[in-house]
Order: sequence, then structure tokens, then C-alpha cells
Amino acid sequence: MTVETVTAERKSLFTPFNIIAAVILVAGLVVTVMRFTGGLGAVTNLDQNNPWGIWISFDLLCGVALAAGGYTTSAACYIFGLKKYHSGVRPAILTAFLGYALVVFALHYDVGRPWRLPYPIFVQQGTTSLLFEVGLCVFLYLTVLFVEFTPAMFEWLGMKKIRNIVVKGTLALTIMGVILSTLHQSSLGALFSIAPSKLHPLWYSPYLPVFFFVSSICAGMSMVIFEGTLSHKPMHRLMDKEYLDNHDGLILGFGKATSLVLFGYFAIKLIGLAYDNNWHYLTTGWGAWYMVEMLGFVALPSFLYAVGVRDRNIPLIKWAAGLTVLGIVVNRFNVSLVAFNYFLPSSQRYFPSWSEITISLFVVAIGVLAFRFITTRMPIFHEHPDYKDAH
Amino acid sequence: MLRRTFLGLLGAAGASVALPRSAAAGSKKFGPHPDTMGVLFDATRCIGCRKCEAACNEVNELPAPDRKFDDLSVLDTERRTDEKTYTVVNKYQGMNGPVYRKAQCNHCLEPACASACFVRAFKKQPNGAVTYDASVCVGCRYCMVACPFSIPAYEYGEPLTPRVMKCTLCAPRLAEGKLPGCVERCPKEALTFGPRDALIEIARARIAAFPGKYVDHIYGEREMGGTSWMYISGEPFSHIGLREDLGTASAPELTAGALAAVPMVVGLWPVLLGGIYAVSRRKDKVANEERVTAVKDALAKAAAEAEKKLHEELSKAETAGRRRIEVEVKKAVEEALSAKDEDAEKSEEEV
Repeated sequence: MTVETVTAERKSLFTPFNIIAAVILVAGLVVTVMRFTGGLGAVTNLDQNNPWGIWISFDLLCGVALAAGGYTTSAACYIFGLKKYHSGVRPAILTAFLGYALVVFALHYDVGRPWRLPYPIFVQQGTTSLLFEVGLCVFLYLTVLFVEFTPAMFEWLGMKKIRNIVVKGTLALTIMGVILSTLHQSSLGALFSIAPSKLHPLWYSPYLPVFFFVSSICAGMSMVIFEGTLSHKPMHRLMDKEYLDNHDGLILGFGKATSLVLFGYFAIKLIGLAYDNNWHYLTTGWGAWYMVEMLGFVALPSFLYAVGVRDRNIPLIKWAAGLTVLGIVVNRFNVSLVAFNYFLPSSQRYFPSWSEITISLFVVAIGVLAFRFITTRMPIFHEHPDYKDAH
Repeated sequence: MLRRTFLGLLGAAGASVALPRSAAAGSKKFGPHPDTMGVLFDATRCIGCRKCEAACNEVNELPAPDRKFDDLSVLDTERRTDEKTYTVVNKYQGMNGPVYRKAQCNHCLEPACASACFVRAFKKQPNGAVTYDASVCVGCRYCMVACPFSIPAYEYGEPLTPRVMKCTLCAPRLAEGKLPGCVERCPKEALTFGPRDALIEIARARIAAFPGKYVDHIYGEREMGGTSWMYISGEPFSHIGLREDLGTASAPELTAGALAAVPMVVGLWPVLLGGIYAVSRRKDKVANEERVTAVKDALAKAAAEAEKKLHEELSKAETAGRRRIEVEVKKAVEEALSAKDEDAEKSEEEV
């Protein structure tokens, strides 16, 4: 490392970003102690009617959906042969790996006996459960993502031989990643198919698994654009010419694809509505909220993406990506919290406590810090000089 | 006695041999158990005395309640089961005065909790009880999400060893040949324990004998695929806190489609994705080959043209050279001839 970068890092120790991150980390550690001494009751607003709160809605459901950029980008590059997106693969894989690792980390807070998390795989398998399906796939996919991420680590460590072995398995790993992602992204939606009486009919559908899978594609690609936008300024000095030259092309390509997939998602949501003949709910208050989600967070970003691509308007595409990411959060919250237990009186409904929000922020902060730690050290936004054009 | 023990062992061995096969055959089903037991609750008989609650608390050794069981003012607010209470009686306003309904685990024939549990902590026992095994429970609370009757409760106050708490149908007491605690204590025979089939007969007989007194429906006979605990009432069931929109599909049926899709994805995706990869590779290869051929053709054409041009130039140069020589020769000849003529003229003059 050069002297310049060292001083730059030392200077940046008391930036607003670092101070906010430190506050969140300290608050998170305090709540962690409270959680593991007082139980879930001490820190959460969960109760007997509302067993799942934002640690499931945000940390698990949104976390997994927004980490879908890993499989979408690697599939675009290695399976669909869109080689020009190659420079986008490593940031996407890293985001996905950290995303899934943090999902599993956050689950340690939510489940009652976290050291038993391997039980469903290694002790007693409940194969009738969609949660078993989710658990198995997330476990396997986290392993696949780790292996997909290792070439960057091996290049950093100078371990050429093992790096070359892993790179040879890229296609197989990518295919496995897409299979596992298809399964657990959809199964997260299917989790709720067991409770038709608790989820509002506008959000309950036999197609829930398909909805979750298709929307995860939009979430993944939008997250690649969105996250690229966020890291562009602070990480600019680490980005090589290939990354920067291809970045606008990637945004245009992914923008076009997301516009189309969002359009398809809108169509299948309408088909779901028609299949169960739920049109009459649209005139209720729930219907108004449903239309806000469908028009404001599905149709609108699809349109904005399309206009942005036509006009080659990169800022507009970035706004559309942000809106889509927000829309996925809205959808996952609607299915798991807002429209779940819709029939209960408002006094028995759930609203997250400050401690729950703190832990969710804590998890995000750890993710951002880990991302920064890795991208400033390993060849993520640039190619390692020894492996130029090795792909 | 000895012979019976031997036969019992034989039966157990037979059952354990048969178990994997039957489990494989119906891997998504938890029943049916033909001799399943159950309880019939008759809302027209219940007087809301809460003696069943007290009995339940005693036999299950649950913590003492905040307010005593003979305090009937508890009934003024609707309650649900929680981590200290396996059963509650609620009061509802009926057409002719108050009506009471006991709530507890309904011990579904195809339990949603068992279907949802990813460590198989819940089991539908042959005697009808849905039991829970805390020794494998991870505490994910998916059972609570899945239960259509909102029965399982969680020990939120336990930091490291929380359990899911719910009625066991007094399975340990059944094993000893005793009745469930609540059934035994009920002073009004509002609760009847027996084989489920027999309970349905009894319920039908009561409805038939007093057609004006009962709603003509046995709640739990078919709801969510059927339950071991069933209800008859004089009030519509939705008036006594029982949802009538649950449908008859059991929990395993609701998730069967999604589960069935899993092996199809595993089987088809490699073919589909491998196919897309092969097609994109092939397209690249063909495009590359076409480019190479085109370049080769262009090069060949250019070479041929260059050669032709060279040839032409060469031949042009040759002609030009020849012409120049000819001109030179002609010139030389002309010069020589003119010199000769001059010489001749000179000699003529001299002559």
C-alpha cells in the first residue's frame, strides 16, 4: 500500500460516515446483550399473535431479495454470454455473499436457540416444511457464493494455483447459484402459502412463490445499479478503466432488462388477482394500498426504466433502481407484516420497537463496513494486474 | 404377561420395519390415524365456570395465573392461549344471553404446525394428540405463523431456552389411561372425549334430536382437513370466535404445489441454463468463424487485386520501357541517317 492511501485512511477516521457507523455499532452491541440476557420479549414488540417482526421482514425477506444481484449478474455474464457485464460480476457477488451472510447472522437474534440453526439440516429434517427448503438452499447458496467470491481473495493473497482451480468451476457454480436462488427466493413467498386465513387475499395467492422469484430478479438487478451508484463516489479511486468504461453500458442493459421483468411481474400479479377473482377488494382501503404498491412501485419504475433507457438518461435509470429497491421492501413488508394478521384489531397489531430497528441498522452497518473493508483491499472494482484478460 | 411382552416387542419391531415405507409413501401427510381420539365441545352446555382452565393448569404444572380461576370477571375481555395457558374460555354475546367457548389446540388431523416445522418437532400421534418436542426446537416460530387457529405460544421471556407451548391433549395422561384434565373436571359434560368417529355420531345425534337448538354443522369435522377437537353450537360459529372462512384444505395440501415444484426446478434448470449457455457459446463461435472467414476473404481479395495491379503496372512499365528503347533507337537511326545525308551533301558540294 502506498503512503498516500494510508494517510487518506487515517484522515477518514472521523468522517460523518464513520461516526454514524460507530454509534450504530455501539447501540447494536447494547441491544445484543439485552437480547441474549432478557430474551426476545425484552427487546422486541413480538407477541403471541405476531411471531415475526422486522427481523424477518427486513433482515431475512428483504435481505435475501436484495442480494439477488449475485445470481442475476453472474447468470447474465456467464450463462447468457453477456461478457460486457464482466466487470459488474465481482461487486455483485460480494454484495450477495455479504447479504446472505448477514441474513444468517441476523437470524441468530430472531430464533430462540440460534446454536440449533444447523439442526434442520444435520439433526432432524422437516422435509414437509418450506422453511426447511429455504434453510437448506440458503445454507448451500451461501457456500456457493463464498466459493464464487474466493478468486478475489486468492488473487489478493497471491495464491495463484487454487485461484485458477476455482475459476475453472465458474460455470458450474453459476448454474448451481441460479438453481438454489430460484428455489429459496420462491420458497420465501411460499412460506406464507400455508396461512391463507391470515394474509389478506390481495397479497395471498397460490402464485406467491412465482411472485417472489420474479420480483427478486428485479430486486437483484436494481440493487446492482443502486449499489453501483452508492459506491461510485467513495470507491472511485479503486475502479479500473474496464469497470468505469463498462459501467454505463451495464446500467443501460440492466435498466432495459429490469423494465421488461417489472412489466412481466405486473402482468402476473394481475393474473393472480384475476385467478382468485379478487377485483372487488380493490375498492377497499386495502385495495388502495395494494394499488399504491402496484402502480407506484412496479408500474412506475418499469416506465421510468424504459424512458431512461430510450433517452440514455443514466440518472433517471438510477432513480428507477432506487424506486424498485424501495418497492421490493414495500412488497415484502406487505406480505409479512402489513397484510399479515390484517383481521386483528389495531390494538393487537405489531409495530417494531426501537431495539428491533437498532439491530436491523446494526446488521446493515456491519454489511457496509465489511464491503468497504474488502473492496479497499481485494480486486473487486478492478482487475488484479496479474490476471488481466484472464477470463 | 411374558407372552404379551413378546407380542408387543414383535409388534414394535413390525411397526419400525413398516414405518420407513409408510413414511415414504405419504411423506407429506401426517395421518390418517383411523383410531384417532378427540373431544367434542358443546357450546350449549358450557357455563363459563373456568374449571377446565384450572384443571389444565394443575395437570400440566403451569405457572399460577395472575388472577384466580374462580374470578369470572376475567371473561369480560377476550383472551387467547399463551405461554402459561394452554386453554382459555371466552364469553360471547349470543342471541339469548352469554355463550361460552373453550379454546385450545384443536389437534388437526393434518397439523399446520407439524407441516411447517423444519425440524419435525411436532408429531401427530396415533391417539390423536399433536405433541411437541422441545429438544430439537430452534425457536423459529413458523408454527405460530402457520396455525390457522392461532394456538401455539412462545416463551418470549426466555433468553436462551424458549419453548413453544400448547395443549398436548394430555398425551401423558392418555398413556396412563386417564382422561384429559379439562374433560375430567367439566361439571356440565360440555366436553366429551372419545374416538373421533364416535364423537361425530354423537354430535349428529344431538343436532338431530334438538334441531332448533343447534346450528347444523360440526365445526372441525372438515375445517382445515379436519380436527380431533370439534365443536357444536347454537350460535353461528363466527359469533363464538371460530373462523368460518378457513376452508377444508389441510395445511399440507396448501403447500404441496410449491414443494412439488422443487425437484422439477432441480431437474430442469441445469438443462435450461446449460442450453442457454451452449446456444450463446455457439452463437459466439459462429459469429467468430464468420468474422474470420470474412477477414480471410477480404484479405485474399485484396491480395489478388494488388497482384493484378502490380502485374498491370509491370506490363505497363515494360511497354513503356520498350517504347522508350524504340524511340531511342529510332532517334539514333534518324540521327545516323541524317548525318549520312549531310555527309553526302557535303561531298556533293565538294565535288
